[in-house]
Parts: sequence; C-alpha cells; structure tokens
Amino acid sequence: MTETLPSRDYASLVQDDRVHTSLYRDPAIFDDEMDRIFKNTWVWVGHASEVPGPNTFKTSYVGRQPVILTRDKDDRFHVLLNRCRHRAATVCERRKGKGNVFVCPYHGWSYNIDGKLRAVPHASVYDDSFNKDDFALESLRVEQYNGMIFATFRQDIEPLVEFLGAATKWIDLFMKQGAGFGVKTLGEHQFRFRGNWKIQLENTTDAYHFPIVHKTFLDSLDAETENVFDVLGQGGWVEDLGNGHSLMVMIPDLVDLEANLDAPIPDRFAELASELAAEGHSDAMVRKIVRAVGGTGFNLNLFPNVACSMAFFRVLRPISVEETEIRHVAIGMDGGPEAGNRARLRLHEHFQGPMGFGSPDDAEGWERVQRGAQAGDNLWIMVNRGIDPLVGHIAGSNVTDVSAETGMRAAYQMWKRMMVA
Amino acid sequence: MNTANLAAHPPLTGTSGIDFTQAMAFIWREAEMLDRHDYSPWLALWTEDGRYIIPIDQDETADPLNSLNIAYDDAEMRKARVKRLRSGFAMSSAPAARTARTVSRFVVVGDSEDGLDIRAVQHIVEYKFDRTRILAGEVLYRLVCGTDGLALARKEIRLLNSDDPLWGIGYLL
Repeated sequence: MTETLPSRDYASLVQDDRVHTSLYRDPAIFDDEMDRIFKNTWVWVGHASEVPGPNTFKTSYVGRQPVILTRDKDDRFHVLLNRCRHRAATVCERRKGKGNVFVCPYHGWSYNIDGKLRAVPHASVYDDSFNKDDFALESLRVEQYNGMIFATFRQDIEPLVEFLGAATKWIDLFMKQGAGFGVKTLGEHQFRFRGNWKIQLENTTDAYHFPIVHKTFLDSLDAETENVFDVLGQGGWVEDLGNGHSLMVMIPDLVDLEANLDAPIPDRFAELASELAAEGHSDAMVRKIVRAVGGTGFNLNLFPNVACSMAFFRVLRPISVEETEIRHVAIGMDGGPEAGNRARLRLHEHFQGPMGFGSPDDAEGWERVQRGAQAGDNLWIMVNRGIDPLVGHIAGSNVTDVSAETGMRAAYQMWKRMMVA
Repeated sequence: MNTANLAAHPPLTGTSGIDFTQAMAFIWREAEMLDRHDYSPWLALWTEDGRYIIPIDQDETADPLNSLNIAYDDAEMRKARVKRLRSGFAMSSAPAARTARTVSRFVVVGDSEDGLDIRAVQHIVEYKFDRTRILAGEVLYRLVCGTDGLALARKEIRLLNSDDPLWGIGYLL
C-alpha cells in the first residue's frame, strides 16, 4: 500500500470533512483502535433484561475480549473476563443462563457469579503462598443507564452518565417503547459482514442511503406507512451530541411516544388496537401501547458500539480490520400485552436480520464499501455532506439536515481524540 | 411435472392421502424452483394460510409465533418477499448468490387428516463475490392434498447455526 501520509499519523488521517481510507484497511490501525478506544471507554455489554434476575448471566465482548455479564444475588452487575485464572480456558460458553457458579472445564476451578475464586481441586499440592483471593476472574468496571449496561477497563474515566451526556435524554425517550411496562429484549438477529466496523458505525446516522438502499422495504409497505418512512421529507435533523455520540431524527412526530396520543390510529395497527381493546385495555392505554409498538422515529448512535435505532438495539463487534459482527436486538414491553410484543416481533423480522427486507442490503452495501476501499492509493472517505447548521429549525441552532453526515463527523472527531491521546 | 397427476396417484398409506414418493417428488421440485429463482410457481405451491418459517431458537418446543425468527411469512409476506427478490432494486438480490441445494434423509413424522409431515435434511451451497458458503439444517414440511394437487401448508427451516451470526441472504431457503 502506497500512502503519502505517515500511515498512523492519526491527527492527519481524520480531517474535519474526510477520513483516510487506511482507517478501513490497515490492520495496525485496527490494533490501535482495540487498545486506545475499546479498552479505553465505556463499551455496551447488554441490557438489564438479558440478566433478568439474581444469579443470571450472559456472555458478551468488550472489544476483542470475551466477557460474562452477571447479576449477583444482591442485584449487582459484574462484567468478568471469560478466562480461567489458571490456564486461560473460558469458564462459560453459554449465551445466557441461570446459576451461581462457573466451573472451568479444564481443571475444575470454580468461581462465584461475582468472579471470586470459590474452590480449587486438590488444593493441597499448591504451596502455602497460594491465596484464592489473588485469582478472582478479572473484573471490569460496570455501570448502567436506564437498563443499558456498559463496562470499561478504565477505573479512572468519567462516570457512564457523564460519558453519555446529552444522549441520556434520548435514551429516556427511546425507553418509552416499554409503554410504561418497562423494556425487555425479545431476541436478536446476528450477522457478520466483510468490512470495517466504522462502516456500520457511520450507517446508523446515514439517512441519505435510506430511500436508495431500502427502496424494496419501502415498496413493501402500505401507502400510509410508506409516507411515515419518507425519512428525508419530514423536517428531521442530525445533531452532534458530544463524545462521539449523535442523533438522527427521521420522523419528528415519533420523537416522544407519549405525545400526540389523540392522533388517529394508523390502519396497519387497527387490528392490534381492536385486539387490545377486546382484552379490556382502556382506550388511553390502547393508544399508548399501539404508539409504543410502532417504535420511535430516531436513531441514537452511541460511540463506539451501540445504537438505539428506532425500535431496537444495534450492537457492533469488531472482529478484524475487515470483519464485523452485528446484532439487532429486538425489544418489547416487559410484562405488556402479548399481542403488542407479537406485533413488534413481526415488525422487527420485516426489516432486520439475515433475511429481513432491509439488513441484507445494508450488509451488502457495507461489503461493497470495503471492496471498493481496496482501490486507490491515497483517497479519502468523504463525510462533508450538510456541514452548515439549519437556520430557524424547531430543534435549535445546532442541528443539520437529516441527511447530513454530522453523526459521522462527530464519531470521527471522537475517534481522533482517543487515537491521538 | 404435473402435481395434479401425482395427487391423483392412489395413496399407499395413511390418512393424508399422500404417498411418500409423491411427497419427495414435490419437495425436490420445490427445491429446484428455489435454486432457479422460479418464484411465481413457488408462490402457487402454498395453501392460503401456509406459513414459511425460519426460527432462530434451537428449542423445538418454542412457539415461533411468539419468538423472534429469521422469517415468519404468511401469504402476504411471501408475496412481498418474492416481489422484493425479483425487483432488481435489492442490492443483496441483484444479483442473488447462486445456489445448489439437496434435500434428503426424508422421514415421515406424521400422517393424518391434517396432512403429511416430513422431516428432511437440506444442504444449500451458495456462491457470490469469490465466496462459497454452506447453509445446512433440518426442514419440516407439511403437505396437504389441495384441489389442484399437493400443496405446502408449512415449511420450517431449522438451520444448524440459526442462533449464531449468519449473513445477508438474498434468496429463499
């Protein structure tokens, strides 16, 4: 690869309106990202409902490192490296479950759900200096905001709520999809694509691609719903929320799901509304549930690995410089009416996943980016769309057009800040 | 193949009125339609209330209706899916991966007035963009005798790796 720039001069590789293509294809840059970003900030590991009670767990990742998210008997969350302190075998290979002990399958070391080493077989052969307290599973710092659980290798960075900053308001709005019951995960679609993780990170606040890439999804909707998904034509906006986070509002009417409850119920939800009414829910409750079931009208992109995307969590995991794993986690009402959650499942399946009407085209588009990025010796990825703020917009003076690449610029400025430091 | 003639063949066993040979011929014909992207006749194979399901959950007792699936299609969704795959506007299907599939290890697991239930194994090899991949798993078919011959009342594809990361699949399983 011929580069006219020093290949890892991060201050030069990210400019205000463009980023260098080596960010997609240089394995040395990827290694630096894993250290300087994924080991250096808050990384999403799960939703509280995935560890729903005392002594439950799920496996996850922080960057390249396998971890176990656990909830102990006192309802405290722990994020533990999934590696026995003896000779490194993973102590848990289940995706999720219930239990209060992890037993290493290799030599039988056992750990409590909070990571403490509980017992070692044939311990008498170790010498007197052996102390079980020295061999707990490595534990990360863990904090949660409104059910979203994050972990970090850093003990000394700001609290999660400060890192999220202006994004917290939007997380709260997103969780109104629980319709007052609370939000729980309903399952997930998983797929991998042959491309760099930042291609997906960019996509979450890229309304510009939507009518092009997702034409066949739009064509599959009834006329009323297709109008709702006219994402470029409703006065939406994109906003830099700081710390690499960004917001893209595509459907301003669906920002606050507890507002406009008197509006007519869309035709596509008429059947659900009758079903809920027949179950005895009041008219007000029917309206609240139906509006929650339809999902929000915005994508909130949280740097570096999770988004609250209209009606689901979108989680990315970097595998290598040119491979990324994506999870689209479906959510619904925790204890809410089954008919409502069923409707959400079918809506999720319609767009998301390996055979949805949307995700396969996104994945193919991202692979095409990675393939094309092999061409050119010194070309740039352009993120210069919609730089000037909109004048006189309802959302304030610091917002840009809905199809602006403001969210990408925000993420790359954070990337630069972390990579240069 | 004329399915009407096959349906007219006298049943060998069971109350479904469908014999094993008829069923295998029908399933192979369906597999060939999908490899050839011959989607209009494929839509016509189905009963009006038929379900095309690709579950994620490996637990066979889980109810797909109340679970997240890779696909859970009624007639309307099947039609919409075919329209999308044939439109030329879906990047993942224009072109779609080339596929070659075999269906084998047929076992009759039910034979009643509701229809003939067959459990089989399917291997699909797909090729696109310098890459060849395999999707393998069990398929459960429910076949019924319709007015115009055999019809599909249910097809459930249980991939070996349904609960692991897959990839964008721009064709039908």
